Amino acid sequence: MAMRPLLLLPEIVVFLGGLTVLVSGSFLPRTRQWVTRVIAAVALVAAAILAAVDLPGLAQPAMEGTFTVDTATGVARIVAVVGTLIVLALASDEIAGSPRESETYALFLFSTTGTLVLAGADDLLVVVVGFLLASIPLYGLIGIARTPRGAEAAMKTYLLGALFGILLLLGVTLLYGVSATTSYADLTDRLAEAPQGVVAAGVVAVLGGLMFKAGGVPGHFWVPDAAEGAGGAVAAFLTTVPKIGAMVAAYRLIAMLPDTLAWPLLVAVLAVASMTLGNFAAYWQSDPRRLLGWSTVSQVGYLLVPVAVAGRSDLALPALLLYLAGYTVTNLAAFAVTTAFPDRRDLDSYRGMGRARPWLGASLVVALLGLVGTPPTVVFAGKLTTTAAAWDGGLAWLAVLVFVNTVVSLFYYLRWIASVYGRGEPPARTLPAAFVPRAWSATTAVVTAALSLLFGIGAGVLWSVVSM
Amino acid sequence: MLSLIVFLPLAAALALLALPRLGDTAARWTWVAVAAADLALVVAAWLRYETPTAGRLAFEEQVEWIPGVNSSYHLGVDGLSLPLVAMTAVIFLACAIFALRETDRPRLQAALFLFLQSVSMGLFVAADLILFFVFFDLSIVGMYFVIAGWGHGNAARSAMKFFLYTFLGSLALLVGFIGLYIAADPHTFDMVELAEQTPFAGSSLAGGLVLAAILIGLAVKTPTVPFHTWLPPAHTDAPAIGSAVLAGVLLKMGTYGFVRIAMPMLPEAWRDWAWVIIVVGIVSVVYGALVALAQTNVKRMVAYTSVNHMGYIVLAVGAAGLIADDTAQARSIAVTGAVTQMVSHGLITGALFLLAGVLQDRAATYDMDSYGGLAGPAPRFAAFFAVGAFASLGLPGLSGFIAEFQIFTGSIAAAPVTAIALVGILLTAALFLRALQRIFTGETRGRSVGFTDLRAAEVWSVGPLLVLSLLIGVFPRPLLAVIEPAAEVAVELVGR
Repeated sequence: MAMRPLLLLPEIVVFLGGLTVLVSGSFLPRTRQWVTRVIAAVALVAAAILAAVDLPGLAQPAMEGTFTVDTATGVARIVAVVGTLIVLALASDEIAGSPRESETYALFLFSTTGTLVLAGADDLLVVVVGFLLASIPLYGLIGIARTPRGAEAAMKTYLLGALFGILLLLGVTLLYGVSATTSYADLTDRLAEAPQGVVAAGVVAVLGGLMFKAGGVPGHFWVPDAAEGAGGAVAAFLTTVPKIGAMVAAYRLIAMLPDTLAWPLLVAVLAVASMTLGNFAAYWQSDPRRLLGWSTVSQVGYLLVPVAVAGRSDLALPALLLYLAGYTVTNLAAFAVTTAFPDRRDLDSYRGMGRARPWLGASLVVALLGLVGTPPTVVFAGKLTTTAAAWDGGLAWLAVLVFVNTVVSLFYYLRWIASVYGRGEPPARTLPAAFVPRAWSATTAVVTAALSLLFGIGAGVLWSVVSM
Repeated sequence: MLSLIVFLPLAAALALLALPRLGDTAARWTWVAVAAADLALVVAAWLRYETPTAGRLAFEEQVEWIPGVNSSYHLGVDGLSLPLVAMTAVIFLACAIFALRETDRPRLQAALFLFLQSVSMGLFVAADLILFFVFFDLSIVGMYFVIAGWGHGNAARSAMKFFLYTFLGSLALLVGFIGLYIAADPHTFDMVELAEQTPFAGSSLAGGLVLAAILIGLAVKTPTVPFHTWLPPAHTDAPAIGSAVLAGVLLKMGTYGFVRIAMPMLPEAWRDWAWVIIVVGIVSVVYGALVALAQTNVKRMVAYTSVNHMGYIVLAVGAAGLIADDTAQARSIAVTGAVTQMVSHGLITGALFLLAGVLQDRAATYDMDSYGGLAGPAPRFAAFFAVGAFASLGLPGLSGFIAEFQIFTGSIAAAPVTAIALVGILLTAALFLRALQRIFTGETRGRSVGFTDLRAAEVWSVGPLLVLSLLIGVFPRPLLAVIEPAAEVAVELVGR
């Protein structure tokens, strides 16, 4: 076992990029803060390229076996880094010129690093480090807008984050207490011999912590508030990027556990709770971002489906990675539309948008129907493979519940689409009548929606990457 | 060849979207030209078509798509799908011509219908379950926008109901497909392989559940009683050409699924459940006709006769699952009749919905009692409507007769009790005659006064549909020659 720090080059690059942004931001004049955005983008692109170069090949342990670089890590790296890059594009409209521009970018990069650490963690203590590194910048990001709602959301997230962080540590302590190790490589055998009650409590606590990060039941309470209260780019970030690390970490955790308790059932119950609660809560939301916030809770439920059959179906891991990649571009496309019209915080205010801005309207339709899982978007391929994995792993009922939930979710996505293409004018309030989108967000929305379609049609290529 | 047929309209749709400066007239005529070209391609394919060996498809194309789950871009046609492909091309061309007078966003409408045409063509030639599902779902999305965007009345609500209901059906279908995939060894979504493997042979409970999922999915789309409640509002509020496509093409996706997917892939379960399917068919026939009889809204009436006509198809394919000695020929006749009925219903109901659209266009109401003596001011309209109505009620010499005659010959031979469904024919005859009487006879009154007769575009769109129905009624041989071998294969497959 060796350190082999070069294997962590993408993480290092993103983190150093964040430091550089932070330092150079304090020296640059207010009018030239955009330079930090360029630095951040360069760091992310470099990390993506490094991750892509590393991608093919067998699992390689780093940091004395506490971190693994394999296909899952590689795909998670690329998806998370590209996701953050897309968020930066959204931020170009909203955050450019704001008082805390460079700090925002730095926090994005730090939180992304945390996600990357989580994704590769092969040791419970590294999971804790990744959790904290991903969470703490997030609290700052949510509150950085300095609005009353933002402050409330930041407070809520912070308190819940602290609670679940402690829970996570408690779980790690329990597992360490009965096995005398935190390394996944040794845990499998030792947990099999350990008292099962303690193991169960420990795993549930660790999983709870990860669910806070992913924004799934039971750690989901902060998601809708944060999505509504934070700035648009931050909302897009926090509903997308942290999930990537948390879900891969959850997969590794469940795959590592010995077959002594009914882990698949536990995860399946969490999955069903997440998707059902998220869907029903989204039903009557009128703020598009809050609606998307609840929708991401339900998406975590779908993402947990392959986790439930971790190690029981060959399809599970590739399906999870495919879904994560598809979800990232599709969810960001939907958020990009909301940041293109930051003042329209009501579904009704989108009335007539489809006619005024046909490309943006089409992008929103692709994004929302994509989140439902309509073919040929990439989330369809994800949903198909995750449910096939669930069935293959012996959880056919879970596959059926996924589809029942999908129908339920269709209604609230359609409410938004119906308003976009509805006849008549938006209700006159203080809103400008014309739909003038923010340039970067609009372009991003169209590009990500197109990617969602392209990835869906080219799902075969994508699959060959994620199942390497 | 098939890829070109499928994607030519889509390419044209994208071109129309990409050229916003194109004039409305140019957009309308582009749509007609592309639909005509697609029809020409289908005709060329038909002329070159040779019946493939049992269990195989003609004009096959196969490219890997998602190899990880053994799903491929696999196309092919046989005697079950080729007539439907041709019927689809005809209906879309008729709609293109009918819409030449459209003034509401004609460029977008043309693009949307061309998209729908690609999707419908794709569904009928798909030989992979995932590909089939992709087209199945996209047809729902496309039709949602047709109803919501160009409908009238309570269009938004009807469109939403349509979407939610049929989407639910499509997901039930997907559950069934995944079940088939998991049960197959090796796992595959390929229709040809699945039909060879019959994955659930020997496990009647699992097979029955998977068949139930698939049947629910298809029954919603078809629709059969009790899953038909989305149909009347969707039709009533849809634009004329939307209704024509919905009834003519989209409903066939459900019935086509019975013969293409459910019967060959789950033969054992199909035989076990044949009686349930037959009962659903009979109930649909009788109930659809009775409810249609009670309607005063022409479009709703035609919509409910669709439930009735789809019931005949369900009845026939159900009867095909009743395996007994020396009824193989009868069952094959029933399946042939079912496929013929799909084509025939597409043409006739397409024509009737377009004609109903003329009523809405001229007098803004479908209410029968608002009219009277319409034959006076609008003789051509009256003649066309009468031909459509007689074709729909199964008058000999028209395609409906050929189809229903075969369905009953086959079904009654296999199970005499299916003769109950003959009541449906009587009822449809009564309701159509009554409708004709109320709208067209008597003295000219109400909205009939000053009613403009059919215009050229309307004549040239509805006319060919009725002529084709007449041609099939008089010379059914060319059509039956294509369908019969495939129907025999289907019956053989379900008898395994």
